[in-house]
Amino acid sequence: MTTAAAALPAREAGPTGLWSWAATVDHKRIAVLYYFTAFAFFLLGGVEALIIRLQLAGPGRHVVSAQAYNQLFTMHGTTMIFLALMPLSASFFNFVVPLQVGARDVAFPRLNAFSYWVFLFGGLFLNLSFVAGGAPAAGWFGYANLTSGQYSPGHGIDFWALGLLTLGVSSLAAAFNFIVTIVNLRAPGMSLMRLPVFSWMTLVTSFLIILAFPIITVALILLMFDRMAGTHFFVPAAGADPVLWQHLFWLFGHPEVYILILPAMGIISEVLPTFARRPLFGYPFVVYSGIFIAFLAFGVWSHHMFSVGLGPVADSFFALSTMLIAVPTGVKIFNWIATLWGGSIRFTAAMKFALGFIAMFIIGGLSGVMHASPPADLQQTDTYFVVAHFHYVLFGGTLLGLFAGMYYWFPKATGRFMDERLGSWHFWLTLVGMNLTFFPMHFLGLLGMPRRVYTYAGDLGFNTMNLVCTVGAFVIAVSTLVFVANLFRSLRAGRPAPPDPWGGGTLEWSIPSPPPEYNFAAIPEVRGRDPLWLEQRSGPAERRGARGLRPDAHIHVPAPTGLPMLAALGVALVPAGLIFGLWLSAIGAAVMLFGIYRWAFTPI
Amino acid sequence: MPGPRPLPATPPTSRRTPAAASAPPPDAAAPRSAGPAPRATLGALRAAALAAVAALAGLPGAARAAATYPQSTFYPHSEVGGLIQSLLNNLLFWVFLIFVVVETLLVVAMVRFRRRRESTGPPEGAHGHTGLEVAWSLAPVAILACIAVPTVGTIFRIGGPAPPGALQVNVVGHQWWWEFQYPQLGVVTANELHLPVGRAASFRLQTADVIHSFWLPGLSGKRDVVPARTNQLWFTPDRAGTYRGQCAEFCGESHANMRMLAVVETPQEFDAWVRDQRQPGPPPAALAARGAQVFSQSACIGCHTIQGVSAGVLGPNLTHVGSRSTLAAGVLPNTPESLGRWLQDPPATKPGTLMPNLNLGRDQIQALVAYLESRK
Repeated sequence: MTTAAAALPAREAGPTGLWSWAATVDHKRIAVLYYFTAFAFFLLGGVEALIIRLQLAGPGRHVVSAQAYNQLFTMHGTTMIFLALMPLSASFFNFVVPLQVGARDVAFPRLNAFSYWVFLFGGLFLNLSFVAGGAPAAGWFGYANLTSGQYSPGHGIDFWALGLLTLGVSSLAAAFNFIVTIVNLRAPGMSLMRLPVFSWMTLVTSFLIILAFPIITVALILLMFDRMAGTHFFVPAAGADPVLWQHLFWLFGHPEVYILILPAMGIISEVLPTFARRPLFGYPFVVYSGIFIAFLAFGVWSHHMFSVGLGPVADSFFALSTMLIAVPTGVKIFNWIATLWGGSIRFTAAMKFALGFIAMFIIGGLSGVMHASPPADLQQTDTYFVVAHFHYVLFGGTLLGLFAGMYYWFPKATGRFMDERLGSWHFWLTLVGMNLTFFPMHFLGLLGMPRRVYTYAGDLGFNTMNLVCTVGAFVIAVSTLVFVANLFRSLRAGRPAPPDPWGGGTLEWSIPSPPPEYNFAAIPEVRGRDPLWLEQRSGPAERRGARGLRPDAHIHVPAPTGLPMLAALGVALVPAGLIFGLWLSAIGAAVMLFGIYRWAFTPI
Repeated sequence: MPGPRPLPATPPTSRRTPAAASAPPPDAAAPRSAGPAPRATLGALRAAALAAVAALAGLPGAARAAATYPQSTFYPHSEVGGLIQSLLNNLLFWVFLIFVVVETLLVVAMVRFRRRRESTGPPEGAHGHTGLEVAWSLAPVAILACIAVPTVGTIFRIGGPAPPGALQVNVVGHQWWWEFQYPQLGVVTANELHLPVGRAASFRLQTADVIHSFWLPGLSGKRDVVPARTNQLWFTPDRAGTYRGQCAEFCGESHANMRMLAVVETPQEFDAWVRDQRQPGPPPAALAARGAQVFSQSACIGCHTIQGVSAGVLGPNLTHVGSRSTLAAGVLPNTPESLGRWLQDPPATKPGTLMPNLNLGRDQIQALVAYLESRK
């Protein structure tokens, strides 16, 4: 094996230059675009968190004003959920799913590019609010009637609502794309019950997106009509019930949290078997539990509303449905532990993050079960106990899972390994940092600290714990820097990686690292789950007389085009004009229609 | 737009040759430096787990010290609070049990099944055990039933009507202060609630502007106040004392400054308080009389009620403001210095407050302070 700085295996030079990235329709490049953009937003959201923690490090501090703080926590939540975690998951969908199903690209490559550009422009638009009159300051779930024009004057909420509407377009387009890809473009022999679990979770998540996002779209449009056109959907003085907003929001919002966690669970379900050298325990159960979760996700939303006063019957129903959804979520953990059982575990960085995911998700899931009991929740809701819960499942869950995926698939995407020692430092600093930051919050909440407070009284016993949380946040910051250093160093000079560095079982490990533009020279024929392991056990297809794998003589690759980016720009300008002037919306609409029209008549 | 691009003449094959495919290359590809050795990793994990358990075991003792944690939800002092607490204890029992069992299984799996020798060959085929999977799906259902039954029971008990003879309190949330009215007693006050120990208190909860949440953790769970809706809450305080509370639903700029106090006292003390609240108040003397003049000639009267003097309803009722222990919704202690500071620049203490800075002169503030403090 050659040393780290040696030349990579020779491959044909891909297109280079800025335009090649702007016009790409290759799912692997779009994945890279999603990845770096989402990571940049993640760093931005992290800085917002650090400022929040500095302000809360002690009672009565004046690091930022009350209004600035309220903008910061609103943008931290909105950024992390919509601009960091969801697009990071999208970057994995993009890179991995076509490779795992044995396809050459997604079903709609140009729509794929469009999704990315709409995400970028939507995210920039949302953050423009900081310098255009103030960021939104009503929390990431923006309850009516605080978000009305009367109680939230200025354009902050407009940026929030219009930005989310734009991002919804991106998510919906991507979800349709992945559903069609997974349903239609699987390699011959890959039945749904032979689909890798990550691709399964992508399919389930995509269905959640197409069913949940329309609900928030409606809610945001109603809100914007109230704010801009004088309607009264959420205006109590005119007879409206602001609780309607909460119902609409959480009907979206609860499926949204499963949209956030299922992809990471899919990643774990790939990483654990590879490094434990055992297939996933109970594949059908894991798949069915994912589907069951998606169905139940639409039946639990009012557990976010136990203090609103919906009445004992409604509270009881949602308590029971919420407890029920804990079952399929929990059994996955048993399946993962059983996967390890009897295996031969190798503690690579990816595996450490996968194991860390399980350990942290157990904690987050259990605090979630505690919320499921409405009377007990009346002491927990809207306190730091909830903040602890969702950070354990989103940071300890989703983010650790995404990091596991990064270390796992980085060699495939780049042809280089990430540094394992730095990866280990990253893991331990992250684990220590996140527990220091979020574990004390369980106590802070039960000791009476509400959430979304820019300061707190100094005689309530919160001071030391808040300081510990702040220290933990900076440990997380250091761990993130370690990762960034590892990322850039490995990109430039990481040790070369072969096609199958980890001994994986799924199709992506059967092609070169990095893959050629067309992925597979010959579309493989799949004879079971974990096709590579199957092949290794029973020998390659030819020896058993099955259809040979002749490379295809001519592979058509979709041509690059800047039209999706142009159309995306138009899409983003339309809502922007509602703030900056309708002339901008008109330009946006024209650009969008032109872009779509040309795109529709350009052969792929 | 260019059409499909031609490929190189001989596309590289992505088919793996038998030789390369026979064994996964764990060692060839094994990272030379895998970080801390697995044994040290697990040792560190064990130590951390023990430390965590020790810390957790010590914490309930700390929580018991109500004086150190005046807004704690542990050991609330009412029967409703007690019902919530026993549910919480039930939840904590199961949660700790599951945590210990599952995390232990995870750690055991990591320790027992770490790689000890080079693995040869690919993993074997399908891996599962339906019986086990059914069992570990049903076990959580059984545990959840143990949580669900008392949960539903408690929901209906605390959600039902208040006991007969309850003291009626109407709560109105405002940005960013709490209004309390006692309709049976003809008392209107703000931010400081007085309750007789041992008598049920029944709250009608409303808001004047946006959604807030009424929360006295030491007495009961929270309940939102929602526009165009009246919510209900009741509890019977069973121990005299002072309880701290806060708004618990984000309601705008000074949400963090919307605090409150509940004074639970003997029935005699409560009756005395009610009597005092009902009096118009003693006539002011000297400086305070001058303050009364400042008050009635300033914009104060547009927003505040002082019985017999003004009838504003946008801000807290100030008839007996001198009798309260805090100001500005629990944010400042009620002392002449704090009151003076508040009057000098309200937004400095409570960002976004609807009370404007009236640019009062120093002697005007002094007089007002004397007057307001005299309103006991």
